[in-house]
Amino acid sequence: MTKLIIDGKEIDVPAEFTLLQACEAAGAEIPRFCYHERLSIAGNCRMCLVEVKGGPKPVASCAWGVRDCRPGPKGEPPEISTRSPMVKKAREGVMEFLLINHPLDCPICDQGGECDLQDQAMGYGVDTSRFAENKRAVEDKYLGALVKTSMNRCIQCTRCVRFSAEVAGAPEMGATGRGEDMEITTYLEQALTSELQGNLVDICPVGALTSKPYAFAARPWELGKTQSVDVMDGVGSAIRVDTRGREVMRILPRINEAVNEEWISDKTRHVVDGLRTQRLDRPYIRDNGKLRPASWQEAFAAVAAKVKMSDGKRIGAIAGDLAAVEEMFAFKDLLGRYGSTNLAVQGGDAFDPALGRATYIFNPTIAGIEQADALLIIGANPRKEAAVLNARIRKRWRTGQLKVALVGAKADLTYDYDYLGAGTDTLNDLASGKHSFIEVLKGAKHPMVLVGAGSLSRHDGAEALALAAKVATGVGALKDDWNGFAVLQDTASRAGALDIGFSAGKGGLNLAQMTTFGTLDVLFLLGADEVKVPDGTFVVYIGTHGDHGAHRADVILPGAAYTEKSGLFVNTEGRAQIAARAAFPPGEAREDWAIARALSDVLGKKLPYDSLQALRQALFKAVPHLMRIDQIEPGKAEQVKALAGKSGKVDKSPLKSSVEDFYLTNPIARASAVMAECSRLAAGRMLTAAE
Amino acid sequence: MSVRRLAPKELQPASFAFSDENLAWAKAQITKYPPGRQASAVIAILWRAQEQHEGWVSEAAIRVVADMLDMPYIRVLEVATFYTMFQLQPVGKKAHVQVCGTTPCRLRGAEDIIKVCQSRIHHDPFHLSKDGNFSWEEVECLGACVNAPMVQIWKDTYEDLTKETFGKVLDGFASGNPPKPGPQIDRQFSAPAGGPTTLKEST
Repeated sequence: MTKLIIDGKEIDVPAEFTLLQACEAAGAEIPRFCYHERLSIAGNCRMCLVEVKGGPKPVASCAWGVRDCRPGPKGEPPEISTRSPMVKKAREGVMEFLLINHPLDCPICDQGGECDLQDQAMGYGVDTSRFAENKRAVEDKYLGALVKTSMNRCIQCTRCVRFSAEVAGAPEMGATGRGEDMEITTYLEQALTSELQGNLVDICPVGALTSKPYAFAARPWELGKTQSVDVMDGVGSAIRVDTRGREVMRILPRINEAVNEEWISDKTRHVVDGLRTQRLDRPYIRDNGKLRPASWQEAFAAVAAKVKMSDGKRIGAIAGDLAAVEEMFAFKDLLGRYGSTNLAVQGGDAFDPALGRATYIFNPTIAGIEQADALLIIGANPRKEAAVLNARIRKRWRTGQLKVALVGAKADLTYDYDYLGAGTDTLNDLASGKHSFIEVLKGAKHPMVLVGAGSLSRHDGAEALALAAKVATGVGALKDDWNGFAVLQDTASRAGALDIGFSAGKGGLNLAQMTTFGTLDVLFLLGADEVKVPDGTFVVYIGTHGDHGAHRADVILPGAAYTEKSGLFVNTEGRAQIAARAAFPPGEAREDWAIARALSDVLGKKLPYDSLQALRQALFKAVPHLMRIDQIEPGKAEQVKALAGKSGKVDKSPLKSSVEDFYLTNPIARASAVMAECSRLAAGRMLTAAE
Repeated sequence: MSVRRLAPKELQPASFAFSDENLAWAKAQITKYPPGRQASAVIAILWRAQEQHEGWVSEAAIRVVADMLDMPYIRVLEVATFYTMFQLQPVGKKAHVQVCGTTPCRLRGAEDIIKVCQSRIHHDPFHLSKDGNFSWEEVECLGACVNAPMVQIWKDTYEDLTKETFGKVLDGFASGNPPKPGPQIDRQFSAPAGGPTTLKEST
């Protein structure tokens, strides 16, 4: 620790701090443009100047180490001033230079109202310009479907260049030319390829990079802001949903160090227009093979007629990728009243909740990746299944302390890895300790075995999972203070479904059995669109979008999307989080749990909760750990060991990631024109790469 | 300085490949740096690519160099656009004249040299002469102020120029017999003009 005097206040900070960090620790606010705490230091905007006593010039505090400060002549601690007239004058000078070439187009700039330059110009700007010459003009660049450029506004902080090279791992942005002619661009203006490119808009301190889909849509001060969580993947990133009236205008990340730091994937951010299109806003009934609009009463009556005719054991429910815990709980309850445990969540067949939580959650936690020193990825493409989590792996890898190996399909993961093999053969070798990478894992202090849940949706998925657990046990990934068995759930609903036991119970059918011909009379789909229901089953689709599931449905009950209901979601770590309601469902659509409650009344099996609070109380009584919001109920290492003991024979076939097209994984994304455009661009890249 | 862009598409060659000799040389450059730091060789190799390809860097060459050094294309483009020693547009086949226009040369008559360039090559810098054999540009100090004014053509400098002698230099390049590099008057390197003035006697 080093003593400093900052603005007359003595403070003790670690010697490796920069002056900027030390000043912040002392409570001083330092303006900055190029400095960003999660990126490398560039030191080129010069806005963070402070005065170091005894020095001839102000210094850029972001690039000046605390240990570089010299003590005073009598050994007194270095003195720093962040508010002296010299500092103010210096910053005003910097600001004047920045504004020389910055256009005065704040009234038509999308960054207006949330612009660092605008805000800081209030503090350090002058009201007139002494610059009579021509301003610099820069051509706008094409960067793809998501990032819009207005390059006249660029102040060359190079945050975007550093972000794409360091965090996103797709070094595509660069600065060509030099001096006044420096321009930010991609190579020959090719579209960006990263799944995290939307974050460029957030880190740009001015309006040079703005959101293309959100261009000229709204002003920040006219938006209602709701804190929520994302459901596009299993990560559960913290988001802020901005609404105007009933409409969701945009989605921004919130900082959650434990989960997403401050990044979100493009799907999370730009799925917004999918919330408006293809919506189911009223019930439908299939009459003579055609869906016709109906009232809720009619729709309920149609369902009741069918349910009353069938045996309770021949009723089932399958939850989709975006289902909240509450509605799954309500339907489990409802079906339980018919004696049915025919329950499944999409892609959940490989997991058995009875084996314990540790067998289906990301035990080391996402933040724990930063301790891992060896990582074996089995059957996953984290870049596509959980882009933000992949950035965390990359962050750790960049420190040079993480060795990565992959079993499964080869892919560009933004970090180097040893490719071990494509399929279960390699997994078998690893389980029997025959592979060279085993030594790396064994020698690691915090080894991690990451299993992609998506690759387990095969008939022998459970055995493959057990085999992965065997690998984890074999390499000593289960220690007293470290559980390195990490299941990467690629959907938001699965961990929650398994937590409440939304899976085949005793004598119940699992997903594969339910979708076999002749097993069920009535099937409730809770937004499940990726299942193929055989003919002869009466399908009740409760969901938000006119997607695959709705096309097959006999009765459609319109539900609420994740921004339109308060819902509990459990992320892949097993962290229970609440997505808050930001808007209202369209038309006659209702919150899903309420549909279950109303339907139960019509069926004569009334569920005993009249409000979401009452439902949650029942839920918390049944599954107490879900009560502890934002916390993780840890799994036990013994559970993984028990799972490892169950390993059986696995077919010799490659392990495939479930996500083929990152942009089109769920019904909301498939309804989004922006996602379709991104998908098209990505497909075009793949075509040219194959040529 | 002005915005430096790659040459338009119609001027770009479809591909670029190092000659065997240059490839061997480039590989030797890479070995000068520790493993994983091969990108450090980018300037040297890009320079060699420029020499091989008629004195300018093509888009294909940038890609070849980037692939060779395992760098993203944009990183090599950054280097190529940053340093003015890399020519991004086609230059004269026989000579690309870099006229020093910094103060000492300017005082000693660089303006005349530029006028010769304008009349004999093209009015504007970076434009090819009608036959495509010559082009010129004004550059900052090339470090031969003692022998001002001077020009650099390819790797050699031609110093102590006047309108007439510079014209002869251009004639020489046009006919394929460039004159001897260095001072174009009676002077040895940067020794005094007209012979030594000191240390004339040996003891």
